[in-house]
Amino acid sequence: MAIKLDKVDVVVVGTGWSGGIVSAELAKAGYKVVGLERGKEKTVNDYLGSKDELRFTQRYDMMQDLSKETITSRSEMDEEAQPVRTQAEMMVGNDVGGGSAHWAGCTFRNNPFDFEVYTKTVEKFGKDKIPEGMTLQDWGITYDEFEKYYDRFEKTAGTSGEEDPLGPPRSNPYPNPPLKSSPAINLFKEAAENLGYHPYMIPAGNMSEAYENPDGEKLSQCQFCSYCSHFGCDFGAKSDPVVTVIPTAQKTGNYELRPHSYARRVLHNGKKATGIMYVDMKTGLEYEQPADVVVLGGFTFTNTRLLLLSEIGKPYNPKKREGVIGRNFVGQFNNTFLGVRGFFNDKKFNMYGGAGALGATLRDFTVEHIDPEGKNFIHGGHPEIRQYGLGPIQSLAVPSDTPSWGAEFKDNSVKYANSMLHVWFVPGVMPWWHNFTDLDPTYKDAFGDPLLRVTNKLTDQDINIAKYGIEVTRKIMEEMGADIIDEDEVPEEFDHIYSGGHYAGGVAMGADPETSAVNNYLQMWDMENLFVTGGSAFPHFSDYHPTGTIGALAYRAAEGVEKYLKNGGLLAEKKTNTHKMA
Amino acid sequence: MANENSNNKKTMNRRIFMKNAGIFTGGVVGGSILGGILTNPFLKEESETPQTTTESASDFQEARMFFDRFEDFVILRAAVERIYPEDDNGPGAVELGVPYFIDKQLAGSWGTNAKEYMQNPFKVNGDTDDDEVMRYETPLNRGQIIIEGLRKLDVVSEDKFDDKFSNLDGEQQDEILQLFDNGEVELTGVGSQHFFSLLRKMTIEGVFADPLYGGNKNMDGWRMVDYPGPRPGFIDIIEEEEFVKMEPMGLNDYQQS
Repeated sequence: MAIKLDKVDVVVVGTGWSGGIVSAELAKAGYKVVGLERGKEKTVNDYLGSKDELRFTQRYDMMQDLSKETITSRSEMDEEAQPVRTQAEMMVGNDVGGGSAHWAGCTFRNNPFDFEVYTKTVEKFGKDKIPEGMTLQDWGITYDEFEKYYDRFEKTAGTSGEEDPLGPPRSNPYPNPPLKSSPAINLFKEAAENLGYHPYMIPAGNMSEAYENPDGEKLSQCQFCSYCSHFGCDFGAKSDPVVTVIPTAQKTGNYELRPHSYARRVLHNGKKATGIMYVDMKTGLEYEQPADVVVLGGFTFTNTRLLLLSEIGKPYNPKKREGVIGRNFVGQFNNTFLGVRGFFNDKKFNMYGGAGALGATLRDFTVEHIDPEGKNFIHGGHPEIRQYGLGPIQSLAVPSDTPSWGAEFKDNSVKYANSMLHVWFVPGVMPWWHNFTDLDPTYKDAFGDPLLRVTNKLTDQDINIAKYGIEVTRKIMEEMGADIIDEDEVPEEFDHIYSGGHYAGGVAMGADPETSAVNNYLQMWDMENLFVTGGSAFPHFSDYHPTGTIGALAYRAAEGVEKYLKNGGLLAEKKTNTHKMA
Repeated sequence: MANENSNNKKTMNRRIFMKNAGIFTGGVVGGSILGGILTNPFLKEESETPQTTTESASDFQEARMFFDRFEDFVILRAAVERIYPEDDNGPGAVELGVPYFIDKQLAGSWGTNAKEYMQNPFKVNGDTDDDEVMRYETPLNRGQIIIEGLRKLDVVSEDKFDDKFSNLDGEQQDEILQLFDNGEVELTGVGSQHFFSLLRKMTIEGVFADPLYGGNKNMDGWRMVDYPGPRPGFIDIIEEEEFVKMEPMGLNDYQQS
C-alpha cells in the first residue's frame, strides 16, 4: 500500500524547464510545491571536471536509464513495435534539470505563423496543398498573445542574441548581446550575404556576458569550452534549471525537491486529479502525494504515458481518428538536420572550441518568407551552421568516398580533422493521423506497466522538404568555397532513432477539445486541476528548436495554475467550430 | 528547505579562470615540457622519479579483466590495428592501447548493457540491412557480441586462408573484415555488420577517448588530430583566424586544476 503524505498546493512532475519554471513561479507566489524527479539530484558541483567525451556523448551519462523504462517504436499500425533498447537510439534527459540540463542552448521562438498554422497555411499555400490526413491545427493562441512569455523566458535564461532582420516583433531586445563569432561562422554569414540572405547569430543559452536574471540567479560568461550539448555546464555559463529556476524555487522555502521519485499514476476521482502516486527509487516504497493542483511537466513521453496509464482524457484512436491523448505525435527525426558537409583542403578551423548554440542561421526560407510557388511541400525551414566544439570522437569526418576504416580512412580523418564544416537545414514537421502514441501491448517497464508505443513514419512532405533543404545548404556551401561537398542522404523511412531530444505532441494544446487535450493555459479540458506542459503540447513541430517555446509555455502554464488556484474553473473557452481535418 | 549553496554560488573570476586554463593565443604552444609545466605544477617533481617506475606503474593496468581467453585478445589486437593502422600520421590502435581500452569497456556496465532495455521478446537481427545496425535487436550484450564476432574471425580465416586471423597478412585480414562489415558472415544472434560496427566504434573511441580509459596512450591519438583535450575554455582563440595548436591536456590535469 502506498504511504499517504500530507496534501500540498501543487505537485509537479519533472524538474526541467517545464517543471522547474512552474515550480519556481508558484513557490514565489507563496504556494507549497513538491517537485518529483525520477533521477538524481544535481548541482553545478556534479558537473565540475566532467569534460569527458566518452562518458557523456558516447555513453550518455546524463540520459535515461532504459533498463527501467523506454518506448517501443514502429512505422505502421499493423506492425509489432520493437523496443528502443539502447541509449544510442534514445536520447531523453534524466536527473534534476532533465533534458534542459544537457541541451545545447538554442533559444528560438516559433514563427508567428506556427501558432495559427492551419489558418495561415490555407492562406499562404491554399487549402488544396494540405494533404488528406495531415492533422494540421491552430494552437489556440496567437504569437502576439504569446510573445510576453517568450520575453519572460529569455530573461530568465539570459539568452544571448542579436536582432534577426526578418524576425517577428519583440517587446524587448535579448537580455544579452550575441556570442562572439568565429571564422567558420563568419564564412557562412558572408556566403549567405553574398547570396542576398539575412544571416544572424543563433539566440543562445550560453552567456555572452556574466548575467543576473530577474530572479537574482547569477550566470557566468561562457568560455567556449565546447562541453554543452550532452553535458551539464561546469561553469554555470549555460542557462539551465539547475542554475536558475530550481534554486529560485528552493530559495522561497516553499519548494521541496524529491529526486529518485518515479511518478507512476496521476490519482483522480474521475473529475479532478487528487495527486501523484510515485515510487521512491532508493527504498522501493510507494507514496501518494495529494495536491490541489497536479502539473505534469515531464518529457513528452512521460506526460503522454502518465495520462494513458491513469486513464485521463480520451486516448487517440487512429482508426476512428478520434480522441486526443497520443494524437499529433511529431518529432525532428532522420529527415531533419540534413544538409551538406564541406571539406576544405587549405583551411583549418579551431573547431575544438565552441559553445552549444554558437552558430548562425537565416530566416529567408522559413514558412513566412518562402515562395510557395512550385514547392512540393508546405511550411519551410532554416539552414544552420553550428560550432559546438566537438570532441575528436564525434568530429571525425571523411569525404563520402573514403572507406569507413583502415589506412585511407585514417589518413583522411587526420587530414580533415579540423577542416570540415557542416551546414544543415531544419524543416518544420507536420502532424499526421497515422503518427501517434499509445500503450504497448507487449513490453513493460520495471514495475510491469506498459511502455509507451510510438507509431511514426515519414511522408512525401518530410522527404520533399528535406531534399529542398539540401539544395539550400549546397548553394551556401558552394559560396563558402569548400573543396569537396558531400550531401547528406535523404532517408526513405523513419529509422526509429530518437536522437537529439526533439520529439513532441501527444497532449496537444488548442481551442477545440475534439482535437486538443489541453487549452491555451495547458489545462486539461477533461480535468481542470490538471495542467500538462512541455513539448507534449506542440500540435506540430516548427522548424525551430523547441526549448524557447517550451520555456514560454511553462510561464503560460504557471499563470494558468495561479489563476486556477485563485478562481477555479476552466480558464479558456471551448471552441468546437474549428475546422476538421483528416 | 532553501538550498544554501545556491545562494553562495559566485561567478568565477575570469582572470583566475583563464590563469588556470593555460591557454595561449596566436600560435603553437611549445613542446610538451613547456605545456606540462604550465598546466601542472607538479610535473617537474614527477619527472625526476626514475622512468622505469612510471612505466611499470602504467603496466599494472594493462591486463585483461574481460577477455578470459588470450586467443580472443590476440584476434582483437590484430583486428583493431587494421581498423586504425599505424602510419606516417602516428601510432595505430595497438600502440594507443585500444585493445585494453576495449577490454575495460566490455568489463563494465556498457559491456553488459546495464542501462539498456534487454527484455524479451527480441526480434533477432541476423540480416544485413543498414538501418538494422543501429536498432539493437539481439539478446546478446556487447561483450557477447564481441566474443561471438572475434571467434568467427578465426573461423572464417581458417576457412579462407587455412590460418588464424592474427597470422594473416594485412590485406588478407582486411578482406575478412570487409566480409563482416558487408554483413556477409553468419553469426549466432547478431548480424556480422552489427558486430563490425561495434568493433569499429570502440576502436575509434579507444583512439580518441580521454587516456583515463586506457586508450589514447600518452594523448597521441589527440596529437594526431591536433585536439587540445579538455580545457576550461577557448574564449581567447574563438575569433582567431589561424589554427591554434596546443599541447594536449587530459582530464587528470583538468580535474586537478
